Amino acid sequence: MEQENIASHTHWFLVGMRGIISLPAIILMLSFIGFCALTVQAGIPVEQVVFMTGAVWALPAKVILVGSMMAGANLLTAFIAVTLSSVRMMPMVAALVPEIRGQRTPTWLLLFLSHFVAITAWVYAMEKVESVPRERRVSFFAGFGITLVLANMLLVAIAYRYVATFPPIVAGCLFFLTPVYFLASIWNSARHRVIHIALVLGLAAGPLFYWLFPEFDILLAGLVGGTLAWAGEKLWRQKQEGGR
Amino acid sequence: MTGFEGWWPYVFIAVAGWLATDIWRWLGVVAGNRLREDSEALNWVRAVATALVAAVVAKLILYPTGVLETSPLWLRLGSIAVGAAAFFAAAQKPAVGIAAAILTLATGLYMLGF
Repeated sequence: MEQENIASHTHWFLVGMRGIISLPAIILMLSFIGFCALTVQAGIPVEQVVFMTGAVWALPAKVILVGSMMAGANLLTAFIAVTLSSVRMMPMVAALVPEIRGQRTPTWLLLFLSHFVAITAWVYAMEKVESVPRERRVSFFAGFGITLVLANMLLVAIAYRYVATFPPIVAGCLFFLTPVYFLASIWNSARHRVIHIALVLGLAAGPLFYWLFPEFDILLAGLVGGTLAWAGEKLWRQKQEGGR
Repeated sequence: MTGFEGWWPYVFIAVAGWLATDIWRWLGVVAGNRLREDSEALNWVRAVATALVAAVVAKLILYPTGVLETSPLWLRLGSIAVGAAAFFAAAQKPAVGIAAAILTLATGLYMLGF
């Protein structure tokens, strides 16, 4: 019985690993090639770029970190800039944990695996876990998340030497793939109506708060847009239930 | 910071990069562990997380970096509109929407002489 369990965990870990050959993983790898070009321009040595890829993982946070390093910012200033850009990790992880944890999943394991959460892994996991048995979801996510990070560390190490300048149309389309993929996949994979409403409100709130409070735009857009979406959906639900 | 030599850049990346992002992930685990799967609180967290990602997406479209920085806004918004139309026309298949949006963008960039 115990052995069967281990075999099954390995199976789902491998299924997660196979996610490396998927549209989101390929789009992310293309984005990492773009990031690699940025670090070459910034003059950051390849060892540091590989270390950064594994240690920070989230791409927007790394772009800000590279910007701070280029500007010669001090440690505290860089820390504040990066940490402000990463507050969104908290609700993302908090929304994912109830979806993937099993009955006896230890907290230390979730703390370790949370490192592998960034937008792509989050969108992919939220979409796919539905089709994974509850007690195997952690193995599945571990397989996908760890493989994705290691593959991109390797990719960065190799691509660093070869990133030539792309033709402008290719570079532009590569950049545009990321937002377009996030939109299509979040909308398609949403299992709750509130996600659709939050997506639309977040899209509108992002630019609005960038205009009002550029320092805290993403955070405020998430809190205000998300809360409005939640409250609106709740009212709608109550009305439907009341109308019956 | 002076240059990118020695051990200091690694300390810099570990503190200003690693720690600065992982504290939020750890707080997320702590918060998420307290959420029941069918609770109203989780519904709210889902909505906030989705709106945050959507705000990041909106910024990537409206304020891109690199080549797209000099591309006209109408072309980027038009590509999203074409992609969205194709996505909903094709029973919400992500690949169709993505392909339509990127093709529109590529055609537009080409015609504008990029």
